[in-house]
Amino acid sequence: MRVYHFSEHPYPNAWDDPHGYLRVDLPNRALDPKIAADLFHRYHDEYLLADELGLDLMLNEHHQTATCMNATSIVSLSIMARQSKRARILILGYPIGHRSDPMRAAEELAMIDVISRGRLEMGFVKGVPYEFAPSNANPVGVMDRFWESHDFIIKAMTTHDGPFNWEGEHFHYRQVNLWPRPWQQPHPPVWSTTASKSNARVLGERGYVIAVLGSGYNTRMLYDSYREGYASTHNGALPGPDRFAYLALFATAHNETEARRRGELVAGYLRTGANVYPPFKSPPGYFSVDDTARLLRGFTPERSFTKDRRVVDMRTASVQDLIDSVLMVCGTPDQCYQQITDFIEYTGGLGNLLIMAQAGFLSHADTVDSLTLMAKEILPRLKEYKQPAAAAIAAA
Amino acid sequence: MTLQDSATGMTVNGIRLEVVEKGRGRPLLFLHPGIGLDPGAPVIDKLAEQVRVIAPSHPGFGGSEQPKTFTTVDDLAYFYLDLLDELDLKDVVLVGVSFGGWIAAEIAVKSTARLSHVVLANAVGIKVGARDMRDIADIFAITEPELNKLAYFDPKPAERDYKAMAEADVRVIARNREASARYGWSPYMHDPKLKSRLHRIRIPTQFLWGAADRILSEDYGRAYCAAIPGARFETIARAGHYPHVEAPEAFARAIFAFMQGQAK
Repeated sequence: MRVYHFSEHPYPNAWDDPHGYLRVDLPNRALDPKIAADLFHRYHDEYLLADELGLDLMLNEHHQTATCMNATSIVSLSIMARQSKRARILILGYPIGHRSDPMRAAEELAMIDVISRGRLEMGFVKGVPYEFAPSNANPVGVMDRFWESHDFIIKAMTTHDGPFNWEGEHFHYRQVNLWPRPWQQPHPPVWSTTASKSNARVLGERGYVIAVLGSGYNTRMLYDSYREGYASTHNGALPGPDRFAYLALFATAHNETEARRRGELVAGYLRTGANVYPPFKSPPGYFSVDDTARLLRGFTPERSFTKDRRVVDMRTASVQDLIDSVLMVCGTPDQCYQQITDFIEYTGGLGNLLIMAQAGFLSHADTVDSLTLMAKEILPRLKEYKQPAAAAIAAA
Repeated sequence: MTLQDSATGMTVNGIRLEVVEKGRGRPLLFLHPGIGLDPGAPVIDKLAEQVRVIAPSHPGFGGSEQPKTFTTVDDLAYFYLDLLDELDLKDVVLVGVSFGGWIAAEIAVKSTARLSHVVLANAVGIKVGARDMRDIADIFAITEPELNKLAYFDPKPAERDYKAMAEADVRVIARNREASARYGWSPYMHDPKLKSRLHRIRIPTQFLWGAADRILSEDYGRAYCAAIPGARFETIARAGHYPHVEAPEAFARAIFAFMQGQAK
């Protein structure tokens, strides 16, 4: 069992800007570079602490937003590659669906893998809807572009006998010859996120790590689609828990009252994350015609479920609702352990827990305490915890 | 090509196309804007009083098939040149509104062999202004009510209640929006090469311009017009970006007058 520390590197000082929207069009005069520098240093310190404590590290990127200052994850990944000592370093994800230059992506990721001496976990995503305006990538056909970019990066990383050329539908390169090549062979492990059963199956067929967020007690169907896909290409064998990841917000403390207080602060991420001018939320072609038509007709897909099948709206939910739907793990270390293992039993096996242990206005001291408790009081028990057996999964 | 049912469709180059066909006489190929084609639009009837209107939904729009290889307006222009060949149409009046005007211009710079007249109404397709200014309002960056305020002289009739609409109709709207982005996301609603090719259009060309359009400026339209030798420019009052919708009679009348004035 691995636990990854994650922060979006927020700039919460601008969250009450009267402009109203936090992503895409919030004028950047709302950011004070001196405060931003202090925040970056502080967040990086927390990551390095997590490394010392035995946790792993997850980074991501978003664009033109006060919710996440990591405008290019490569910068923070590079710092971690050099400064951390032992942790796995996960990028989740690198938005290759709207990145215009996969050759550059392959070079960056290979360098980070080498500098970290083989600690890179390589998560690819298509990119969130509201970043097709800032990137200017066409939202129509994004999955085609995602897979071509993926195929190119993998070929670049695994070709060692001289240059090749690439003349694809979306990308063109000559004399491709990656220097340095990655440390890990044949290439760093690939992860991706999904909320759809069909994509989950595709990830299973390829044996990549599937990461899910926001679905709570509705996650099992995605994992089972993954298992079907995996079995179809692995002679019927079922994937181990290390193929599955789940992201939850996280807050712990010695007593429940304090943990809940921290949980409220961390929940600020969910309460602000969707604060986007509506046209940027559903760019043309990003969702299928059928899904777009349903959205226009006012139907929003039900996403986050509690154990008793209540649907939770993550933007407005109470901390209790967030706990019930495993959008957040929150409480004393004992309570957190119970919430996590209950959820793992439900999923049929989960080897990578991604925790947003810092978000919003949660202070450095609170984050340090929360991470320390996770590492010292929860993680050792999770490492001893016995995952559900493969046979039990097959029977489910 | 087989003309299977003049009211619903035909197949060109293996691509299934939804087509409205009405009237007799001289062929007029009507190329719709990004909002698609309403088969019952009054402008079709008005035009059909004097010409044979052929009004397809572009590949990817309405009920027409989206070929995977079609990604640019060039693809659409060559496709329509094939359609003219296969239907063996001659002396065609080519009419395009907004996005359809862009297609029409791309057709006409390639070949006017089967065309007699070109009519471009509130057409997009070229770049005239500074590189850090949009010539064309970014329709993908504003809400629908905001967009309608820019597009229409009177936005009220354009209001839609999606919840009250049939699901199939809402799917068509979603499809039209997706196709508009497929062809026009970037470079945004224009082809950087087109302006320098417009001199190749040497047949009578008329710009019609809904005067209340705020997606495009009249200056944009006049610059477009100036790039085509001898092209004329005429505004239509009480209409915005879609003059064929808001002023169908004036729209048809202007086309007929243009055809008569230039026909001989």
